[in-house]
Amino acid sequence: MVNSNTYKQYFNIWLLLMFLTVITVGAAQFDFGSLNIPIAMLIASIKAGVVALHFMHLKYEDGMTWIFATYPIFLLFLLIAFSATDIFTRVVN
Amino acid sequence: MSQSHSFDKSYLEDGTGFKSWFFTHDHKRLGVMYLWAIGIFFILAAIASFLIRFEHLTPGQTIVDAQTYNVLFTLHGAVMVFLFIVPGVAASFGNFLIPLMIGARDVIFPKLNLYSFWVYCAGAIIFLIALAAPADTGWTFYTPYSIDTGANVILVTFGVFVLGFSSILTGINFIVSIHKLRAPGLTWDRLPLFCWAAYATSLLQVLATPVVGITLLLLIGERYFGLGFFDPAKGGDPVLFQHFFWFYSHPAVYIMILPAMGIISEVIPVFSRKPIFGYKAIAYSSLAIALISFLVWGHHMFVSGQSKLINIIFSVITFAVAVPTAIKVFNWLWTMYKGSIELSAAMLYSLAFIFLFTIGGLTGLFLGALAADVHLHDTYFVVAHMHYVMIGGTVFGLFSAIHFWYPKMWGKMFDEFKAKIAFVLIFIGFNIVFFPQFILGTLGMPRRYFNYSPEFATLHQISTYGTWILGIGFIIMLYALLRPISNKAEANPYKSASLEWAMPSPPPTLNFEKIPTLTASTYDYGTKLEQEA
Repeated sequence: MVNSNTYKQYFNIWLLLMFLTVITVGAAQFDFGSLNIPIAMLIASIKAGVVALHFMHLKYEDGMTWIFATYPIFLLFLLIAFSATDIFTRVVN
Repeated sequence: MSQSHSFDKSYLEDGTGFKSWFFTHDHKRLGVMYLWAIGIFFILAAIASFLIRFEHLTPGQTIVDAQTYNVLFTLHGAVMVFLFIVPGVAASFGNFLIPLMIGARDVIFPKLNLYSFWVYCAGAIIFLIALAAPADTGWTFYTPYSIDTGANVILVTFGVFVLGFSSILTGINFIVSIHKLRAPGLTWDRLPLFCWAAYATSLLQVLATPVVGITLLLLIGERYFGLGFFDPAKGGDPVLFQHFFWFYSHPAVYIMILPAMGIISEVIPVFSRKPIFGYKAIAYSSLAIALISFLVWGHHMFVSGQSKLINIIFSVITFAVAVPTAIKVFNWLWTMYKGSIELSAAMLYSLAFIFLFTIGGLTGLFLGALAADVHLHDTYFVVAHMHYVMIGGTVFGLFSAIHFWYPKMWGKMFDEFKAKIAFVLIFIGFNIVFFPQFILGTLGMPRRYFNYSPEFATLHQISTYGTWILGIGFIIMLYALLRPISNKAEANPYKSASLEWAMPSPPPTLNFEKIPTLTASTYDYGTKLEQEA
């Protein structure tokens, strides 16, 4: 680690997370149809990204740590992609 | 712990009594405790397998009823997989060897290492209580049966969930240790191949284990709250459980086998007195196996009703995973070519590993081929295949390690002659047990069935007789190991060039008084460098 956040930055990030929580609750009040889950996932992903970057210090880490941190996202993509390929191309008699 | 205390005394003499072991941070003591633990669980699960085989001595009931048979094969499979073979070589020999091989005084997080062992013990206790409850789902917990059965499921899956944490924490410890604690001069291209294999295993442990943990939590939610993830009546899909389960459990096969491959890569050069052939190919093939193993899980599900398209995709990728494995086998054989081979007990187990694992691997390709799999799926062919990989591979690799590092671990020497007799019986017994099962499977004998048609009786009986030979072999092996012929082992009786042999046997608590600096490969056997030394 070569750097880290100041207390003020941590406070601002906390405020941002609180704001995103309000957005999450607000979005739940409306029915976006098939977009309900993608919108909720998008907000949650932004929150997770902010936590990983700042509270978990990923922003200040080297390339190797980034590989370790992001590779599971690739695996999650594989799990969803292959399972979805099965489900959407399955022929049910 | 004073400095002199830690270098003058061996790790076995540095403190006695239960507390000195159960609260130790020493990676070697933790490795030894894991070895004892997995050894006990292996014996427990093996006893269950002997009873299963005895039951199959005749068609119909021989010694137990059908429900007890279901409980026995669940106990055998679940204990073997989750308590013995997944932690197996990685936790025992990984703990004992990695710091010694990389020139470190311990793993990077010694307290986390101890915590990991405690979590393993807690998980094992929960798991065993749950299995005694009893459980009858087999080790795969497939839905919808695992949702509907009246037998115990939740506690078993919770036990696996807890055990998973131990696996993840051990994996993190090994990965960071190998990155951060390598001695000066121990570059990545000099890293012992066992460490490469343990590194690839650890990646799998860290990346795949959380998936099975979450899957089993979903299963618990399904049973308790009727969430509906795997229930078609609620829009769910039972096959989705299999996707999630095998996303972990196929990489888990490589968690089981990769460390054993690392052992073979260490043993063969020593007893061939030749440098390892294709060092980089073996090292990188471990990583390739780890990578590709995440892409082939669907080959366990060809007849589950998953789509034809995904069946074809998984079949093609399955054939790809054979390539890095074949690279390893080729390199081991080429290492031995024109070598000065010494047939020690450790080397015999390694040679048997190559022979048996190759059979296991090649029959895996039969199962990876779609048309053949439709015929062979859920037959004894699969049982034989996975035992050739898991016992012929992992367990023979573990036995090779137990014999090879015995002097280093215990500071004693065992009777090679008795160990070789045990090897012969184990090798013959193993093949008598499992080779007929390939034939049973191709003839259509389904696995996990309590009863069978009379025409399968002869092959079943041959297989059962094999377990008796195998059992005698195990007992002789235990006798040879528990009754050493010398209480004083040399520091390096096999003239190995690896770092762990450069210290007394057994090693002092903190391993190296002065951290070594490496100037050459640890595989320089039979070279000018070795002759000069």
